[in-house]
Amino acid sequence: MSTLTLRNGQKASFSQVPEYPFAEFADLFKSFITQGFSVSSYFGVPSGDGLMLLAVLTNRNQGNLALFRTRIEKTFPSLTPEIPQVHWFEREIAEQYGVVPERHPWLKPIRFHKSYNGSLDAWNRADEAIEPCVTDYFRVQGPEVHQVAVGPVHAGIIEPGHFRFQCHGEKVFHLEIELGYQHRGIERAILRAPLGKAIHLIQTLAGDTTIGHTTAWARNLESLSDTVIPARAHAIRGIALELERIANHTGDLGALAGDVGFLPTASYCGRLRGDYLNMTGSVCGNRFGRNLVRPGGVTQDIAAELAADLNKRASTTWKLTENAVDLLWSTSSVLGRFRGTGAVSSEDAVRAGLVGVAARACGLNIDVRSDLPWGIYQTHAVPSVILFSGDVHARAVIRYLESRHSVQFLKEELKMLPDTPTFQSTGALEGDSIVVSLVEGWRGEICHVALTGADGNLSHYKITDPSFHNWFGLALALRDQQISDFPLCNKSFNLSYCGHDL
Amino acid sequence: MRILHWVLPFFAFLFAPLIPGIINRVKAIFAGKRGPTILQPYYDIWRLLHKGFTYSSTTSLLFRIAPSVVLACMALVVAFLPWGRIASPVHFAGDVFLVAYVLGLARFFTVISAMDTGSSFEGMGASREVQFAALSEPSLFIGLLVLAEFSGKISLSAMISGMSSDVWQSSGVGLIIVAGSWFMLLLTENSRMPVDDPNTHLELTMIHEVMVLDNSGPDFGFILYASALKLWIFSALIVSLMFPVNSFPLWAQPLLFLSGIVLIAIAIGIVESVMGRLKLLQIPKVLIGSAVLSLFALIFRVLG
Repeated sequence: MSTLTLRNGQKASFSQVPEYPFAEFADLFKSFITQGFSVSSYFGVPSGDGLMLLAVLTNRNQGNLALFRTRIEKTFPSLTPEIPQVHWFEREIAEQYGVVPERHPWLKPIRFHKSYNGSLDAWNRADEAIEPCVTDYFRVQGPEVHQVAVGPVHAGIIEPGHFRFQCHGEKVFHLEIELGYQHRGIERAILRAPLGKAIHLIQTLAGDTTIGHTTAWARNLESLSDTVIPARAHAIRGIALELERIANHTGDLGALAGDVGFLPTASYCGRLRGDYLNMTGSVCGNRFGRNLVRPGGVTQDIAAELAADLNKRASTTWKLTENAVDLLWSTSSVLGRFRGTGAVSSEDAVRAGLVGVAARACGLNIDVRSDLPWGIYQTHAVPSVILFSGDVHARAVIRYLESRHSVQFLKEELKMLPDTPTFQSTGALEGDSIVVSLVEGWRGEICHVALTGADGNLSHYKITDPSFHNWFGLALALRDQQISDFPLCNKSFNLSYCGHDL
Repeated sequence: MRILHWVLPFFAFLFAPLIPGIINRVKAIFAGKRGPTILQPYYDIWRLLHKGFTYSSTTSLLFRIAPSVVLACMALVVAFLPWGRIASPVHFAGDVFLVAYVLGLARFFTVISAMDTGSSFEGMGASREVQFAALSEPSLFIGLLVLAEFSGKISLSAMISGMSSDVWQSSGVGLIIVAGSWFMLLLTENSRMPVDDPNTHLELTMIHEVMVLDNSGPDFGFILYASALKLWIFSALIVSLMFPVNSFPLWAQPLLFLSGIVLIAIAIGIVESVMGRLKLLQIPKVLIGSAVLSLFALIFRVLG
């Protein structure tokens, strides 16, 4: 049995994706997972009367993607009991297309919207109003067990989400996370938008990952239109992506310090994050990197004076960041809170399909920048940082060390920007094609899959934000922890609500 | 002379909100910020007193009277605080027990009114408050026992008036230990770091703040004022212990006393700035440790 093997961002004719009956599809899926492939995306595409399920698995050893598909009617056997990492994907498929994965251990909606096909959804609801997070919850019963419900409205300015804890005194037995409040229907809005305008939707997928998502989108469109973008554009995209990573990691380190009440790092990192954002602002006029990355390249060049200025600012700001963050590692009360809190074992991390910082903190050596490099990362490697304890401390240290590598990368790139234009206009998209583009955003693997119809327009667009993989990791991290440590664990993952809800 | 007895309570009612003001200012300076004026707590309380009330429909009369009861308890305790050789306006043999249990009564009402709201957060805060209170109470009583040993009296005023530089010369170590253990008690009782984080917005980690989440308007103003008074009460106890003010001329005593309070406020601010908050599981160990400390002081005294 074969699959379609693609490089990161390589396009192929859609007919080349092999189709199997579900039983063979399931066997193939399972055998790849036992070989260590991970699920980058798994989604439904309406096709004729039925539904086509498309699996996009990543083979990190060989640095490529395996694609294969099947066709189902109203129901199909769930793969979750054997492959736990697809549980969220199957819930998504069920919710979107009203099909039922049978034997799914905990089949619930994830975004609380009506089924796309307008008829009965997977829970046999037709016209009832659907309220976010009004659903069944896991209940632990017995004396002294109590339930704590947090959100969707939180103290502090964060996005809405609902957390349900089953506690025994201060100890958490189980945490169930329900999201969906931010669902905007972006994937389908992209298809309705004129191709040139859809980038504005992509930029708002997850506001803190603008460069990550726009890069994935741009690479898909460039691949579909056979556009080769200039080397300088690759370099500037890399610089912007690493700036986004440093800014967010620095902000997170400050927020982690704030959550344990350690003032000095909390307040300095808050300011330093602003300095990094301002550097992005100097490049493109927007601190969050909007309107920088476009299919075909980048809209703004980094002139020689700006490059020198950014280089200097990166050095001085990083020095201050080191001073502020090093306080964390030398303060015993902070280390006492970080160490051993919210640990996830590496087996659990593999089974749950964690990505990004959260996965690398559990000893998983996965990083799209080195596993399936694209653009500037093909020629300029950024080392990944791997730790093994899987706790808040590991996630914090990884953020710090990764930022250090990113600053190094940034400074080297700024010194040797290739002397080429920064933009190459794109042509029409090739019809009946598929392309998958993976990008290592600051949270982890971003996966965009684009399908085109016979007319050369996008016919389906699937986005998988790293948060989609990692929210369950947070639930695992809370097992047997103190409920008072939840905010700290949550911050150490710092996942996106709107990136998940789309 | 009678009027002198009222000086300290008068100071307390007037200056207590300065303590949180100073703490916040110190923290701001450590964080590299300018920070609010040290008068900010006065503005806050004033603003809250001019607001309306909002009551949840699940609460009962208990929830409405609790803030007033808590404030009344603190005001009553303040009336028992002496300064130097000048006794408190009200005092009698055994009043230390009344003081301790009036503080307990205030806690009881805070806890019961938190439970009254039916919120799971406030229930958790109440359970933590009671757990830590049970563990911190020994520090207070053993410390008082040490003072009773020194003075042979069991009235707060009599105990404190016995404090002089002579006592310090003879048994300074024991007093320092008691003061250290009482400083820990102060941090615990007033929900300061490293036990509780008064600045956090994270309802799952709070202890004291979470119990008053549902209080609003003047009620919340009462609570803020009562917490300022509570800070004053514990600071005043430590100052009486640490600064033998009665060895100085009468006119200098109030000044010394106030500077002592300011120093304590600065110390709290520094502690909060340089350390993170402890894991909730480790707090009992710290509290038991501080109780054991004061026990040592007692042993020194009895054996020494």
